[in-house]
Amino acid sequence: MTQNIEKFDVIVVGAGPAGNAAAYTLAKAGKKVLQLERGEYPGSKNVQGAILYADALEKIIPDFRDSAPLERTVIEQRMWVMEDESYVGTTFRSDRFNQMPGNRYTIIRARFDKWFSEQVQKAGALVICEMTVIALLRDAAGKVIGVEVDREDGKIYADTVILADGVNSLVASRAGLRDDIKPAAVALAVKETIFLPKETVEARFNLKGSEGVVIEMLGSISQGMAGTAFLYTNKDSISLGIGCMLSDMKAQNTTPAELLEKLKQHPSVAPLIAGGETREYAAHLIPEGGYHALPELYGEGWLLVGDSAGFVNAVHREGSNLAMTSGRLAAETLLELGEKGLPSTAANLARYKARLEDSIVLKDLKKYRNIPDTLHSQRQFLSDYPALLNGAAHEFFTVDGQDKATKEKAIFNAFRERRSLLGLLGDAYRLWRATR
Amino acid sequence: MHIVVCIKQVPDSAQIRVHPVTNTIMRQGVPAIINPYDLFAIEAALALKDQFGGKVTVLTMGPPQAEPALKKALSFGCDEAVLVTDKLFAGADTLATSYVLASAIKTLHQETPVDLVFTGKQTIDGDTAQVGPGIAKRLELELLTYVSRIVSVDQAANSIRVERRAEGGVQVLETRLPALITMLEGSNEIRFGSAPDMFRAARAEVRVWDRNAAGIEDIKKVGLKGSPTIVSRVFVPSPRAQKAQQIEFDAANPEAATQALLDKVLVEIPKVKKQLDQTRDNKRASRTAGERHE
Repeated sequence: MTQNIEKFDVIVVGAGPAGNAAAYTLAKAGKKVLQLERGEYPGSKNVQGAILYADALEKIIPDFRDSAPLERTVIEQRMWVMEDESYVGTTFRSDRFNQMPGNRYTIIRARFDKWFSEQVQKAGALVICEMTVIALLRDAAGKVIGVEVDREDGKIYADTVILADGVNSLVASRAGLRDDIKPAAVALAVKETIFLPKETVEARFNLKGSEGVVIEMLGSISQGMAGTAFLYTNKDSISLGIGCMLSDMKAQNTTPAELLEKLKQHPSVAPLIAGGETREYAAHLIPEGGYHALPELYGEGWLLVGDSAGFVNAVHREGSNLAMTSGRLAAETLLELGEKGLPSTAANLARYKARLEDSIVLKDLKKYRNIPDTLHSQRQFLSDYPALLNGAAHEFFTVDGQDKATKEKAIFNAFRERRSLLGLLGDAYRLWRATR
Repeated sequence: MHIVVCIKQVPDSAQIRVHPVTNTIMRQGVPAIINPYDLFAIEAALALKDQFGGKVTVLTMGPPQAEPALKKALSFGCDEAVLVTDKLFAGADTLATSYVLASAIKTLHQETPVDLVFTGKQTIDGDTAQVGPGIAKRLELELLTYVSRIVSVDQAANSIRVERRAEGGVQVLETRLPALITMLEGSNEIRFGSAPDMFRAARAEVRVWDRNAAGIEDIKKVGLKGSPTIVSRVFVPSPRAQKAQQIEFDAANPEAATQALLDKVLVEIPKVKKQLDQTRDNKRASRTAGERHE
């Protein structure tokens, strides 16, 4: 018995930020949209730190603040460069973030994604969970004309398929639209959600109301591997995580759980989470290959958005905003084609890439295109410098009868010993080049 | 054949925790699932539909949030879903719940005569196993509990034959329809719904009935008012942390191991020692008495 399921304008594979942004924008504009999610519910498979950057979502749902489940508004950003027993840090705290509509929020993805999906369904898209796309359907000429799912009578047709199925993008890989991910192009990140009473969170971080703090960390905590760690304050919990390049973990034979355990025991971190109860442990891959690792972003009848396209800015810890933006731009491209009566051929879908190049997504990825290589080949940025910096601070802030000029000299000598004068200049140049 | 399956949406007990201070169940963030035992009831009903045709109606009493559970049941292949929900139903025990479900089934029966009602063996949150039998009694249905297999249905004779797991064996029972069956766990495996069923479920409208639509005649019998059950105390059983012990066993000298085991038992369970001592004393006493008789 073969039953035919009707044809859709667009099938969106995946219900993360990218897929939801695309499905919402298309459904809102009246397109017949089917969104398929393999998880039990939208958000059940999704992992993020998580910070929500308001701008990207505001361009899709302007009044999201009225109903979205937001944890805390980020009013303070700390940056810690860490050694085993210390850190040198910067703090930016501004009450201005309280006066304007929030720019960044901490969120809990399981709740946020559920909310986002509700908006998608209200906009008119048909969202079906627990359905896994196993293959793309193509016509004789090779154009993608739909998907096949892992259930009986599971062929579903559409004019265009948007693949928003995440970092692994098994669908795209299997269909030969992109290569399998390489260990050197992905970070493996793990995090725990540690619950503490609301008042404790607020007292430890000097917060009132819905204010929140973000701490980004790098240095000895990644044990010489390319990676960073984070601590975000939620309403009544703390998200603490660390991520390193998968290739590095493999080379050093380190497990992410070990790294996270060490991070939790770091004397600067331990008091912040003391007494908390870990209720959630999550791990996820993050595509951090950057601009040079991007796959083909579109083809005959298909588009890649979000993590499946590799849209992550590892330097600024931005991913979900690029995912949402790329999802919106993919949708807008299809709406434009629809208005003009143009089919979803590769030639026409090239407009999607043009839109990306004109947006934060590819502009930022392009700017930092050399960062992954620089960090891979120049380990001193993540090991030597944090140690030197912490050593310098210790030297400088220890009052022990030694005069300041001698102290400065000792600090400079320490730098020169470890990196040499040429090395120091070279590093400065390399860093400038990579972030230019 | 019209089959009604009663299900319940329950918190996933695998993820429930008890508050260490107040002893109350912490439901926050615990996902709701279909009572796992009910899945066997759904599958049994669908298998009968595959065989004899007709329709399967899935029924639940619960808050509006129970709708996803019904949609999920539809995605397996159930045809219709009815949610009986009313503010008055809050706080219902098994007596009140069985009254509401029985009323709703009666109403369904008026639309399309009901041949069979299925429920799970029990729920994982209440664990009473009372609602199914309660419905059967109220509707005067033949009651088959702990059924492990539907052997056959004879539509001409209007009868059903099932296997029922009982202590010490399996009973083969036959009765007339309509009947109510509570299904035992492990009796089948819930199917993986087809894509068209998933689409139908995603778009299906769940019928939502309030007390009037459900045909409730006596509102004194529903909700907290209709529930004589009183929860006197809720407590967390203290974990039994007894360490396992090992006894060396030397094949050449089994008596030593036996003696070691016996010694441990006598020390660990003083009651046993007491009883043994008493038995010995009694024996001695009776022996002495016997000697006197001789």
